[in-house]
Amino acid sequence: MLNAIIQVGLFTLIVTVVSVPLGLYMARVFRREPTFLDVVLRPLERLVYRVCGVHENTEQDWIEYTIAMLLFSAVGMLLLYVLERLQFYLPLNPQGFGAVAPDLAFNTAASFTTNTNWQAYAGESTMSYFTQMAGLAFHNFVSAAAGIAVAIAVIRGFVRRSAKTIGNFWVDLTRATLWVLLPISIVLTLVLVWQGVPDNFNTYTHVKTLEGAEQVIAQGPVASQESIKELGTNGGGFFNANSAHPYENPTPLSNLIEMVAIFAIGAALTHTFGAMAGDRRQGWALFAAMALLFLMGAAIAIRAEQRGNPQFTRLGIDQHASATQSGGNMEGKEVRFGIVNSALWATVTTDTSCGAVNAMHDSFTPLGGLVPLVNMQIGEIIFGGVGSGLYGMLVMAVLSVFIAGLMVGRTPEYLGKKIEGREMKLAMLFILIFPAVILVPAGIAMVTKAGLAGISNPGPHGFSQVLYAYTEASANNGSAFAGLNANTPFYNVTLAFVMLFGRFLMKVPVLALAGSLVAKKSIPPSAGTFPTNGLIFVLLLVGVIIIVAALTFFPADALGPIVEHLALATGRLY
Amino acid sequence: MADRKATPLWDRKIVREAFAASLTKFDPRVQVKNPVMFVVEVTALAVTLILARDLYQGHMKLAGFEFQIALWLWFTVGFANFAEAMAEGRGKAQAENLRRTRTETQATLLKDGREITVPAPSLRRDDIVIVRAGQIIPGDGEVIEGVAAVNESAITGESAPVIRESGGDRSAVTGGTAVISDWIKVRITANPGETFLDRMIALVEGAQRQKTPNEIALSILLAGLTIIFMLVCVSLYPFALYGGTSLSLPVLVALLVCLIPTTIGGLLSAIGIAGMDRLVQHNVLAMSGRAVEAAGDVDTLLLDKTGTITLGDRMASEFIPVGDVTREELADAAQLASLADETPEGRSIVVLAKKEFNLRGRELADKDAEFIPFSATTRMSGVNLDGREIRKGAGEQIVNFVRERGGVIPLELTPVVERIAKAGGTPLVVAEGARVMGVIYLKDIIKEGIRERFERLRAMGMRTVMITGDNPLTAAAIASEAGVDDFRAEATPETKLRLIREEQAQGKMVAMIGDGTNDAPALAQADVGIAMNAGTQAAREAGNMIDLDSNPTKIMEVVEIGKQLLITRGALTTFSIANDVAKYFAIIPAMFVLGYPMLQRLNIMHLATPQSAILSAVIFNALIIIALIPLALRGVQYRPVGAAAILTRNLLIYGVGGVIVPFIGIKAIDLVVAALHLA
Repeated sequence: MLNAIIQVGLFTLIVTVVSVPLGLYMARVFRREPTFLDVVLRPLERLVYRVCGVHENTEQDWIEYTIAMLLFSAVGMLLLYVLERLQFYLPLNPQGFGAVAPDLAFNTAASFTTNTNWQAYAGESTMSYFTQMAGLAFHNFVSAAAGIAVAIAVIRGFVRRSAKTIGNFWVDLTRATLWVLLPISIVLTLVLVWQGVPDNFNTYTHVKTLEGAEQVIAQGPVASQESIKELGTNGGGFFNANSAHPYENPTPLSNLIEMVAIFAIGAALTHTFGAMAGDRRQGWALFAAMALLFLMGAAIAIRAEQRGNPQFTRLGIDQHASATQSGGNMEGKEVRFGIVNSALWATVTTDTSCGAVNAMHDSFTPLGGLVPLVNMQIGEIIFGGVGSGLYGMLVMAVLSVFIAGLMVGRTPEYLGKKIEGREMKLAMLFILIFPAVILVPAGIAMVTKAGLAGISNPGPHGFSQVLYAYTEASANNGSAFAGLNANTPFYNVTLAFVMLFGRFLMKVPVLALAGSLVAKKSIPPSAGTFPTNGLIFVLLLVGVIIIVAALTFFPADALGPIVEHLALATGRLY
Repeated sequence: MADRKATPLWDRKIVREAFAASLTKFDPRVQVKNPVMFVVEVTALAVTLILARDLYQGHMKLAGFEFQIALWLWFTVGFANFAEAMAEGRGKAQAENLRRTRTETQATLLKDGREITVPAPSLRRDDIVIVRAGQIIPGDGEVIEGVAAVNESAITGESAPVIRESGGDRSAVTGGTAVISDWIKVRITANPGETFLDRMIALVEGAQRQKTPNEIALSILLAGLTIIFMLVCVSLYPFALYGGTSLSLPVLVALLVCLIPTTIGGLLSAIGIAGMDRLVQHNVLAMSGRAVEAAGDVDTLLLDKTGTITLGDRMASEFIPVGDVTREELADAAQLASLADETPEGRSIVVLAKKEFNLRGRELADKDAEFIPFSATTRMSGVNLDGREIRKGAGEQIVNFVRERGGVIPLELTPVVERIAKAGGTPLVVAEGARVMGVIYLKDIIKEGIRERFERLRAMGMRTVMITGDNPLTAAAIASEAGVDDFRAEATPETKLRLIREEQAQGKMVAMIGDGTNDAPALAQADVGIAMNAGTQAAREAGNMIDLDSNPTKIMEVVEIGKQLLITRGALTTFSIANDVAKYFAIIPAMFVLGYPMLQRLNIMHLATPQSAILSAVIFNALIIIALIPLALRGVQYRPVGAAAILTRNLLIYGVGGVIVPFIGIKAIDLVVAALHLA
């Protein structure tokens, strides 16, 4: 108990402390104010613009911005697909991997373009070093940068007055990559190397174990990929075991650093928002709402895992934590992380759209597994995917203000912008698409042969696997519940579409929202204005988020993890 | 103020008529305008068809349950219809009151120099009518000739007659009011059916009601939620199938109808109509629902000083003698100079002298008195009596008057005059021949309770700006005494328009009241422009509301009604959504009782049987609409205590309360259902 509080508390404290300066720094970056990195990066930035023909001082309206973003993603996705298919003919392929199968290549291209990084493949036995670096790592950077860009554009929609443009996508993309992602990744890579993460181009090492067996140890440029994987909330592991693999995440310290990296940008963007809105408390309010939701999830998950399996308790097995054992449900967890760091990681990785795992969520207790699922069903807005978390949260704020804001006796407004029919239409579209692309395909999977074929466990857990897969795809999380045999044409294709819809169908209305808001006048606050920078708003926002997610997903969750939980308590097995 | 009395909530006649009206509203062409209730109606029809099939096939046990579900679904639609019909009925009752003012009037039409008697409804715009003492004015119009005393009690409830005359700011007349003396020629300004009153009647009756912007946005939210819940229910079928449960349509429909926001969906239009109705009760006519909504959003209030903040006229409040004059001497002279002065200021001087020194108004007729009336050139008035020349007037003029007669101006005069001006008053200097007697302090009298009202407005988050033609010193003094937030002195009619534009450029919503023709542009520019009924026709056409009582402080009630309307909408939306939590706990365990019996652990209300659980949730969902009709019609109480406090309070009542109430309600209904063996 105390152990958990200290670990979670320390982690939260570090995230809070890191997020403030980073957020303020990003506000400077995207307002194109001078920063200490300009000496090195400005020439580089100008070079990029010259090569690409970008006019950095020309801004775009929301339609142009959206088209640029979609075009960029489409071309990037196509390139990755081609790369995967042709990797046999390309360099840096010491293991001589062949072309990736078409459906898997499509799935993976969609997955990395959408910042989902769902992996229906095992990295070390499918992808060449070149594919990993030029294809996957490239998308790790730019899909994250595109997310940040959209978030910044949406912020501009809220804070600019009677304007037309919401920024320049190419400039935002470039600055997010050069000023934010690249420098932090470089530092992070070095730290991880210090902790023992390899970074090389070696062929795999063959060793003879103590028992005399042959073992192949995979190698590669791991540390450099690992850093952006966490920082950009990508989550696509270099190895199949992801961050449970000792080469990706060797020590408790590397574990802590990686978790902070996952939250860092998402948390910092709230302060960027506050700074750009000219009221830091607005940013803190969003931060507080996110932190509250995070702590609630972490508390439930840790408690559920630490309590272990009630069936074992009944058999008289000691599951209490002690000096000699971590206790609880250690199934599918790494001993070097134990209960708290596994459950905490699971919460962190699903609060954001990261999806990297250091333990197998499939083997969590039903309640412990429900937390990651619900985190994603909330829409990845608890710090969230870099960028997508903030704009998702802003849409929820608009919704909260609309529902309850009327109760102060004014038509709803957020940051002085009136929320009217058009804004509501776009916000509802955003909110509606998300469950639609989860529930509809999951429903289809449950009644088709191809869908049922992927299920590896009978009973409600089988349903949980499918529900989890479509949820993580729609939420662009990419963490696997494992268990589901998803590398089949049915799942590869449906999940790929869900990922694409979950990313781009939601980005369009949110950018349209920004375009609609940016044209509005801003009403100065008065004593009669709904205060969106105080505790009441934070609680309201948390309440609305939970209720909306619960109302949408409670029936589905009831038939999956909740039934499992109740069945486990009564000893019923499937 | 003559508020129309609110009709009792459950007035028998209204209830009876509403009941009949709610039946006709089942027409799908009516329902389709309200997506939430339309979904309920369609599903009710579907369940009814299934019921018919099962009856035909003889599944009696199933049919009993299906019959009750279908019945309560139809009730849900019916209750929502009833709520709307009730609001419309109350509006109609108000409209009847208004209409009574225009029954069967005959008009004397002037055509080609001849007088023709025609029925009032046949009058057209630009017709000229003549109305004589004892006749009813046949339509809204403008006086173009003559002056008359008009009794407007039919509209305002105020029985004191008012003067209506051509030209100036008192030229508009309203159809239905009566001329009680003299005669006027009136140019009719509205065709029948297009008068302000007609439009208002249409609005309160709901016939021509268009959705307001906020209502549209809210409808989008409700439609969005409805679609989400349809997705939830449709996808639940295959999910359940995997778990070995085949859900029947009536059960899925029951879940759907319980989840979609029927409470607010059913009451939304009733809330809007009731808001208009409340406005009429305060004797304010609004051009559109949009104007009422905008009233809740007002940030800045422009108020004329005269008539709104101060009583129309200045009053004498103090006699300040100079030199060796006593106060009584001064009072006596001042009173004599004012005896023939019929202006309110003059009368107030007589009254003050009487009050302070018991000086009686002396009979002057038999004395040899010559009254000097006020004129714009001399800027003084007074009396010549027994060789005494008493004058009162502006400082400069009196000083000249005294100097002309060789008098000396006491040194103390200037400081006294300046002090009064600085304090916002008007100094009136009194002299007798060559001798300066002293100064009368004429004061603007702030209306009683106005300070408190401004405090109330400030708590609502509104800024008040006083507009006055006074000099800045005077204006500042009155502004601080009345407690307004800001003022504009030496204002011209254009000042108002400019100020409104400035405020609107900052994104603020501005309300103002006005009556004169030169107020018309500002009234049109303001987001909420309230014209005084006594004002000119131009002003009345420019504004989007008319106050029949011509009471400038009415704007505050209008703002409160606007806020109340929005709060009621928000409260019921919050309540409706919060309700869903309990419904899940009732229905989900009941749905899967066979496939997943362990879900019974979620049956925390311990509802008797699965059927009874589902039925109870549906019944609760229907009854809550009826239960909330009074709230929808009366509106949630509004207190001007600041947004954060209101929000906290309403969130606790309608948010937290909305989560808890259905748990209790569903359990109670379940007990009844079980006791009656209904399911």
